[in-house]
Amino acid sequence: MDVKIGLECHAQLLTKSKLFCSCSTDYHDSKPNTHVCATCLGLPGALPVVNERAIRYGMKVALALGCEVQEEIIFYRKNYYYPDLPRGFQITQYDFPIAFNGLVRIESGGGDGGKEREIRITRVHMEEDPGRLVYIGTIDTAKYSLVDYNRSGMPLVEIVTEPDLKSPKEARIFLGKLRSTLEYLGVFDGDLEGAMRVDANISLEGGDRAEVKNISSYKGVERALSFEITRQKNLLRRGLKIQQETRHYDETRGITLSMRTKEFEHDYRYFPEPDLVRIRISDRIEEIKREIPELPDEKKKRFTSQYSITTEHANSLTYDINIADFYEEVASKIDMKLSATWIADVLKGELNYRSISMREASKRISTADFVAILRYLKDGVITERGATEIMREMLDRGGVKPEEIIKSKGLASIGSEEIEGAIDKVIKENEGAVEDYKVGKKEALNFLVGQVMKHTRGRAEPKEVRRLLVGKIESEF
Amino acid sequence: MGMKKKLTAIDVVEEIKSGDISCEELILEIYERIERSELNCFITLNKENALEEAIEVDKRRSGEECRRKKLLGVPIAIKDSISTRGIQTTCASKILTGYVPPYDATVIEALKKEGAIIIGKTNMDEFCMGSSTETSYYGPTRNPHDLDRVPGGSSGGSAAAISAGETVLALGSDTGGSIRCPASFCGIAGLKPTYGLVSRYGLIAYANSLEQIGPMASNVTDTALLLEVLSAKDERDSTQVKTKNNASTNYCLSWLNGKRSGNGGEGVGVEVEVKGMKIGVPKEFIEGVSPEVEKSVWNAVHKLEDSGAIYEEISMRDLKYALAAYYIIAMSEASSNLARFDGLRYGLRTGKDEDWHTTFSRIRGEGFGEEVKRRIILGTYALSAGYYGTYYLKALKVRTLIKNEFEDALKTHDILAMPTMPFVAFKLGERIKDPLSLYLADVNTVSINLAGVPSISVPCGFSNGLPIGLQLVGKHFEEDEILKAAFVYEQTFL
Ligand SMILES: [Zn+2]
Repeated sequence: MDVKIGLECHAQLLTKSKLFCSCSTDYHDSKPNTHVCATCLGLPGALPVVNERAIRYGMKVALALGCEVQEEIIFYRKNYYYPDLPRGFQITQYDFPIAFNGLVRIESGGGDGGKEREIRITRVHMEEDPGRLVYIGTIDTAKYSLVDYNRSGMPLVEIVTEPDLKSPKEARIFLGKLRSTLEYLGVFDGDLEGAMRVDANISLEGGDRAEVKNISSYKGVERALSFEITRQKNLLRRGLKIQQETRHYDETRGITLSMRTKEFEHDYRYFPEPDLVRIRISDRIEEIKREIPELPDEKKKRFTSQYSITTEHANSLTYDINIADFYEEVASKIDMKLSATWIADVLKGELNYRSISMREASKRISTADFVAILRYLKDGVITERGATEIMREMLDRGGVKPEEIIKSKGLASIGSEEIEGAIDKVIKENEGAVEDYKVGKKEALNFLVGQVMKHTRGRAEPKEVRRLLVGKIESEF
Repeated sequence: MGMKKKLTAIDVVEEIKSGDISCEELILEIYERIERSELNCFITLNKENALEEAIEVDKRRSGEECRRKKLLGVPIAIKDSISTRGIQTTCASKILTGYVPPYDATVIEALKKEGAIIIGKTNMDEFCMGSSTETSYYGPTRNPHDLDRVPGGSSGGSAAAISAGETVLALGSDTGGSIRCPASFCGIAGLKPTYGLVSRYGLIAYANSLEQIGPMASNVTDTALLLEVLSAKDERDSTQVKTKNNASTNYCLSWLNGKRSGNGGEGVGVEVEVKGMKIGVPKEFIEGVSPEVEKSVWNAVHKLEDSGAIYEEISMRDLKYALAAYYIIAMSEASSNLARFDGLRYGLRTGKDEDWHTTFSRIRGEGFGEEVKRRIILGTYALSAGYYGTYYLKALKVRTLIKNEFEDALKTHDILAMPTMPFVAFKLGERIKDPLSLYLADVNTVSINLAGVPSISVPCGFSNGLPIGLQLVGKHFEEDEILKAAFVYEQTFL
């Protein structure tokens, strides 16, 4: 069945101050209602003043997504009542946004070599974030809601796609690509809580579209959409009509709930914000174009050719700009293929396991540390297992150097004499297994290798152990 | 202590600086008058602070810093639509009862910098919605010339206070005539600046695209002096037009200095003249006004002619749509501006808290008066999907036509002259029951807000003891021209 998904993605921009006032945007670790002023609290008489940098960031995003940036922009009021909206309207854009008509290419199969797909971008515009409702306990048990206006007035860029996405998975891949691009531009930090929020429009062949509001995690998008497709399919199967409605995504339960149907849709009564004037932006386009750095697609191409690494590795290394930078630094000092393998396959896995970002990780393990680890490995000072162990130790503890870990954990590889000693001992203690191997039970060898590794506390290379072990047993024939 | 009932700011500043009068005594005298008054000009008084500041002024008056202050020790009343830090600001609405702004409007900062002393916050129509000061939650203000009559509105408290000597200067705000109407009814001077001259930062919005804060005073010179202070440049208001007029602070100083340096009155106004000034008198603004008003305005025009100006009767056809366009734009903007008053963060909070919708609906139901509710409902309707094009967009088109019409008229004429109000102050309760008749009273003032041009109302006579106002309209940012003409006309009274 044909599925059509369109996304409205709201991304917080990394400006120093809010969109219409000079309050700091660095509120994530602050007490509620400490980053507020007359303007972002909507006090009577206070006026908005547009943050020029936020507009530049918005233009940067639009240009990076291949959009046509417009001559002039106008801010509008979107009128509705909600306790987190201190003025009773949100300042956003309507008829004259920053840009229209962009294009984003995604690989729809993700890692498994799927084909490239083009997702059209309808428009890019700027708007302010409302405050946030806070509950003591959960939303169901709390007696009242509290409002924190620290977020009120944060600059958001809204990116709206055409309904070109065909599955929840594609939606997730698109969002990943968007996040990656925004981070490349240096205007966004996807790790901050609530930095990206998504509304999704979804329709199945033969049904009206439903809008799922306020999905606030990357994983949530795929889950919410999958749930919604199943729900709509079930309705259609039972011969029921899918009606146009707005639904809310319940993150903890992973389900969508009806908020309101068409006849109760808000009339937002958009009209131009009379406290702001239209802003001419076309004169800055060329200047901002020059500020746009190499983007993920270009970097990927360059990585495969410049470092002769596989497309998979290039893909993996360029997704996060911090990982890409880390790789380039390491690869400039030591074998670039070895670096690619150890960063894409090992380090990234360790980061995922710990749910920490490369930016966080690089405070504990520098590129110089990483080069040192790979050098010890190449020179045979440590084993692959030892190298992994050092990385883990550094990520977990922080503030330690590879050399210290090699010493304290005794990770230095051991010489062949010590290995041979261990092998002799293992052969003597496991005569049964040796006999099994001799009569052709090959798996017995794995057991013996394991025993030697145990005796050497992992400081030997398993391959080497296997070679020596086979030689020894066979020489006894 | 028997001070003159009507003091001028220019004189007060000089006399305080020279030590001829004591600021403290002046302020005490002002409060005595207010306390004796039956007019109900003020919602909130600032007595304690004002007296403290006055004592400070007396102490420092001869210091270098004080000598530079343009309004040193001058008592000023502030319309309650303008935010004052630490002083309750209600917009004459129940819904803002007890709201004390944590910040000063830009104009208040400018006044403080120049040494003015804030007497209190003046009564007005609730959220500036009215022309009689009768929609105030705090009761109507009365006209000093006849206690049974309205002072005009919405800045009625400010106008009545000046007229009765309860302040020397006052601030008003003018969305569709709210400075000029009460100036006309109370017999004082009031100026609505060009849209974009004075910062609106801190002005509680009724209709943002139309309104300006402006000076009110007993005479033209004080009006000019106050305007000069108000037009300070402000980065916090994006709609303020950064022109040479507010780039420097000597906005009207050229001719004020002419007056000041005139040495003891001998050369008063030497540099101010209207010889050759072309005045247009649009007949549409005169048709239908009361005969006494018409007569007084023509008299004024002839006096200006006697001083060397040239006048001509002209026609401005598109004006008939002005009132409808004005009310649609004003109410639409108001419906959005007033959405923030929900009792959650400040202002009225009554009864038991229930769910969000019930609670804020109840607070708004109790907190807003009838006229405010009427305008919110009409404005909400005009902005609704399906009606936006019919009402709001069409009103904006009319606005462009009117702006063009004024620009055309002002291409061939330096200023325009007309009555401010079609009649003199009416009786309390006479029109309040019939909103339409009240809206119609604004016919001569609203088109000027739609066009965004500056306009001043100055007294030009009486009808049965009630003042009549002459309205002079100028080109964008050419306040000096209308002030000049008003000044010359004022001199003919002396
Ligand atoms: Zn703020």
